[in-house]
Amino acid sequence: MTTVAEKTSAGTSAPPPGVIRKTSAWARRAPLLPALIFMIVVTQLPFVATLVISFMDWNAYYPDERGFAGLDNFIRVFSDVNMRDAVWTTILLTAGVVLISLLLGLGIALLLDRKFRGRGAVRTMMIAPFLVVPVAAALLWKHALYNPEYGLFNGALTWIWGIFGADPPQPDWISNMPLWSVIFALVWQWTPFMMLILLAGLQGRPLDVIEAARIDGANGWQIFRSMTLPHLRQYLELGALLGSIYIVQNFDAVFTITSGGLGTANLPYTIYTIFYNAHDYGRASAAAVIVVIGTIIIATFALRTVSSLFREEGR
Amino acid sequence: MSAIATTAPAAVEKKKSRGAAWLSLLAWVIGILFVLPVVWMVLTSFHGESDAAQNPPAVFAPITLEGYREFFTGGASPWPPLLNSLTASIVSTALVLLLSIPAAYALSIKPVKKWTDTLFFFLSTKMLPVVAGLLPLYLFAQNAGLLDNIWLLIVFYTSMNLPIAVWMMRSFLSEVPVEMLEAAQMDGANLVKTMRSVIAPVVMPGIAATALICFIFSWNELLFARVLTATVAETAPVFLTSFVTSQGLFLAQLCAAAFVVSLPVLVAGFAAQDKLVQGLSLGSVK
Repeated sequence: MTTVAEKTSAGTSAPPPGVIRKTSAWARRAPLLPALIFMIVVTQLPFVATLVISFMDWNAYYPDERGFAGLDNFIRVFSDVNMRDAVWTTILLTAGVVLISLLLGLGIALLLDRKFRGRGAVRTMMIAPFLVVPVAAALLWKHALYNPEYGLFNGALTWIWGIFGADPPQPDWISNMPLWSVIFALVWQWTPFMMLILLAGLQGRPLDVIEAARIDGANGWQIFRSMTLPHLRQYLELGALLGSIYIVQNFDAVFTITSGGLGTANLPYTIYTIFYNAHDYGRASAAAVIVVIGTIIIATFALRTVSSLFREEGR
Repeated sequence: MSAIATTAPAAVEKKKSRGAAWLSLLAWVIGILFVLPVVWMVLTSFHGESDAAQNPPAVFAPITLEGYREFFTGGASPWPPLLNSLTASIVSTALVLLLSIPAAYALSIKPVKKWTDTLFFFLSTKMLPVVAGLLPLYLFAQNAGLLDNIWLLIVFYTSMNLPIAVWMMRSFLSEVPVEMLEAAQMDGANLVKTMRSVIAPVVMPGIAATALICFIFSWNELLFARVLTATVAETAPVFLTSFVTSQGLFLAQLCAAAFVVSLPVLVAGFAAQDKLVQGLSLGSVK
């Protein structure tokens, strides 16, 4: 029996030599296999099916016309203006939400990384938005906040303008700025997530080094730029990566707040409508295949970032 | 000379503390702004429908349980969807733990060859857009007669959370000190005993964090539940979306519904704030 001592060297070095090798290799693999096989069956097989269907002429409304379509679906997807818009919308939505919530999260994490009265309470208040079920949050923003007649935003405007006896502006938030409406609702939900990760990062700073820099006469901004920010880099990357993974896939907010209208249909929503409303299985699959290929290209870069990040963490 | 030397730092100190007070105030204001929509949701849920739709808002309107009464007894009962969500979340979380803990063991304590590649395979499945798998799963369910069946959702939620859980559990398992494992082995402890006495105490908090995250993500999921279920296996988020379209004056009731559906996540998340951080960062932040 090989011992656990090799645990530290494993991953980089070769497995134990000799006859035991084969059996012990399988003994090692055994606990991994159920999860691995499950994942391959549930996530990879459907994708193979998607790939096959993407080359088929298949619309559930016309079941008799099912057949091989060659590249037709792909050509239709590429020449579809809606698809191109959806790609652009997805990029704007994801980048907007990730960047704004990351910056806000950083600012708030810095504010909370100090001792003050009620720090725990503020932290708890900050977490609340993340704990509201996404659909519920989207409904809340759409009906209770954005609504032009009785939403809280316009209610607050009436209030403030009322103090000065003026006529309050009552904008229709969602119609006037549909994409920003979705982005703000999502920023509200995701800022706590970024804040939590960055705060944990800040609290892992080597305080003695910072104290030494302070004694040497470095000011707050210098310490932030040359010590805090480099230390936070990996946490910023982690937040951006995980945030992107979830926000690229966002369906709930787009579906609820604008129903994909007014130029807010992102890729998941567009593919959902091709499949669910138009029942054009071939075209939906082709769109899905293109999205997957695009994701793989982007994810390769992203994964490289994470892998360097986790290697730094050790082991 | 000496007088200046002593007063100067004091003045700086005073200026500093005033700045600190402003920053604390700012933190409070931001915290209140972020929690305000949630507070507003709860407050509105306890108002009457006509008070809820006032502009300017009627903050001090009388408190009533009308919204909740309407939500629970007015139309279709919310209990079956809530129970479905609970079943799907708990069972899938249990399955995820069952599959991910052994897998994480094989990726950390006794790692297989190429354990990094395997680990990244798991993460890469998380990056694939779920919509890409939606259609085949739907067609499969249709042919197998599994549409509107909660078990299909359970299997899907398990696959959705398994990569996260594997990453988290690996991170927690690799915290088990090697010396303790060696010592246990020397003492002749078998695998079960090692697990119980050495590994379990260290990773228990990690398992709790993993379970919390998996529960939240399953409870929140909308897209697949919407496509794959109808009346029987409908989950709470789907119930929420269908419930809006059929109502007239509905804001209080909507807020009550949103609050009820969010309550399990709010309670679990507040109760385990630190676990939440660990979980969300895939265990890389301790």
